[in-house]
Amino acid sequence: MSALSARHRRELAGWAFIMPNLVGVMLFLLVPVVVGAGLSFANWNLVSGVEGVRLTGLENYRLLAVDPAYWRAVGRTVQYAGIAVPVTVASGLLLALALHAGAFGSRVLQLIFFLPHVVSMIALGVAWLLILHPTAGIVNLALKAVGMDSPPLWLASPQWALWCLMAISIWAAAGFHALVFMAALQAVPKELQEAAMIDGAGWFRRFTTVTWPAITPTVTFLVVTSIIGFSQGFGLIAFLTEGGPGEASTTLSYLMYQTGFQQYRFGSAAAMGMTAFIGVAVVTALYWRWQRGRSLA
Amino acid sequence: MKRSPLGRWTRTVVLWLASMAFLLPFAWMLSASFKPDLEVFDVPPRWIPENPTLGNFAEIWAGEQSIARYFLNSILVSAVCVTGDLLTSSLAGYGFARFASRARDRVFGFYLATAIVPGQLLLIPRFLLFRQLGLYDTLWALILPGVFTVFGTFLMRQAFVDLPADFGEAARLDGAGEFTIFWRIYLPLVRPMLAALAIISFVSSWNDFETPLVMLSTESLYTLPLGLTQFIDADGGLSAGLAMAAGVSALVPVALVVILFQRQFISAMTMSGLK
Repeated sequence: MSALSARHRRELAGWAFIMPNLVGVMLFLLVPVVVGAGLSFANWNLVSGVEGVRLTGLENYRLLAVDPAYWRAVGRTVQYAGIAVPVTVASGLLLALALHAGAFGSRVLQLIFFLPHVVSMIALGVAWLLILHPTAGIVNLALKAVGMDSPPLWLASPQWALWCLMAISIWAAAGFHALVFMAALQAVPKELQEAAMIDGAGWFRRFTTVTWPAITPTVTFLVVTSIIGFSQGFGLIAFLTEGGPGEASTTLSYLMYQTGFQQYRFGSAAAMGMTAFIGVAVVTALYWRWQRGRSLA
Repeated sequence: MKRSPLGRWTRTVVLWLASMAFLLPFAWMLSASFKPDLEVFDVPPRWIPENPTLGNFAEIWAGEQSIARYFLNSILVSAVCVTGDLLTSSLAGYGFARFASRARDRVFGFYLATAIVPGQLLLIPRFLLFRQLGLYDTLWALILPGVFTVFGTFLMRQAFVDLPADFGEAARLDGAGEFTIFWRIYLPLVRPMLAALAIISFVSSWNDFETPLVMLSTESLYTLPLGLTQFIDADGGLSAGLAMAAGVSALVPVALVVILFQRQFISAMTMSGLK
């Protein structure tokens, strides 16, 4: 009897510890996920209230598939993530390699590099608005000073807005990638490095044969998380360009925000969210397989 | 391993040059925050303000366009998020680590699986949920999702799982309850991880822009990042000096935390990255 009650007690205690968190996670994470997925198959707006939800099957998805604005936003998202992800990972790796090899003041440098990642994107956005100001920003003042008569309008230019946003988010994330790479580089076995050195392997060969294989999991991790991150964020876009000028910087996540929270077309926005989710999941899975295939070969 | 001093100097120079690209936007913002509005757009631009003034800061703290309200809201939201997150996450992390069972392992597996759910997908249903609960346009809408986190649970479970199970046995034989064992014996042992989680939780709630953007409509409830939008005109122009002073004020607390707790912060960030 006492053994049974001890087990019973243990079982109860286990759930009791988990319960507060679990209830919150169910309510604010699991329920929203299910509702969100469900909404994507429904037509609903704020006015009609909960009773007004009408299931419409795949109608939201069908409408998206024939909506050119949706596909343009998808294209911009692919462009955004397709460029920002490799550039961020590569620059993070370069910074980390240089820091790891040793430099004076590397602790301070590390701090400087990841500062943009930790402070508010919006506070940084304010700074960039001033720097990239079409007429009075220092960038354009400098360009005019070296003789360029009509420098780009940057965030206010349809050609450049998306590129500016991309550059700002790369700038903000590179230091974080460097930080994660630093930790990975510290874990690369020193003996292997030394053995390769004694064998007369040059820097590049040591990198490809020793360092790179050891940090591949980190590369994969950063690629995957930044695909998710870069294809999701809309805060900086909402703040700096509101998707414009025109729709020049309307990525899928911003279009979803617009559709949901400015036009209150929740069903359609939820469907966009689902397609983004599926798209990212597929890209991630493909990258994963490709990466695994390569490391086995 | 031998390293040539020349290489070290080259790297030092290159890295410090690169660091300029990371620092200059901050420096320019800081410089502009001390300039009178007319001087911000002076040609040629000056790094050191010609007529340095605290006027911008006085205006945004005590003047008509005060950010003091946003600041208070941000402090309130962050404080509750951090406290709540530490509490529920360490309890749950302990539960998953110390009281493993098949059912609880399954639940933890479900926790891990939620990591792939994109935050944007959650925004609309959360918005609708909070409307139903009557919490739309209250600070609770920002606080509640920050209090119950999968990430925190994951981090704390990781910390508890590494501790030996028999630490609590003696106390248990003395008749101590499970909560006492957790609170008195195990929790103090994971202080470094608690510090790391507190920092991450603070930074993410302090900087969050998308949640308040969607959940708040009353201006007096704005947190700092959302409050910064008040300094940008509809046509994209900005009252530059004020905006810069507000931006500086918004990022100083986080920058301070990060600089003061650099070691904990780095371990927190890499843990969040590596595990």
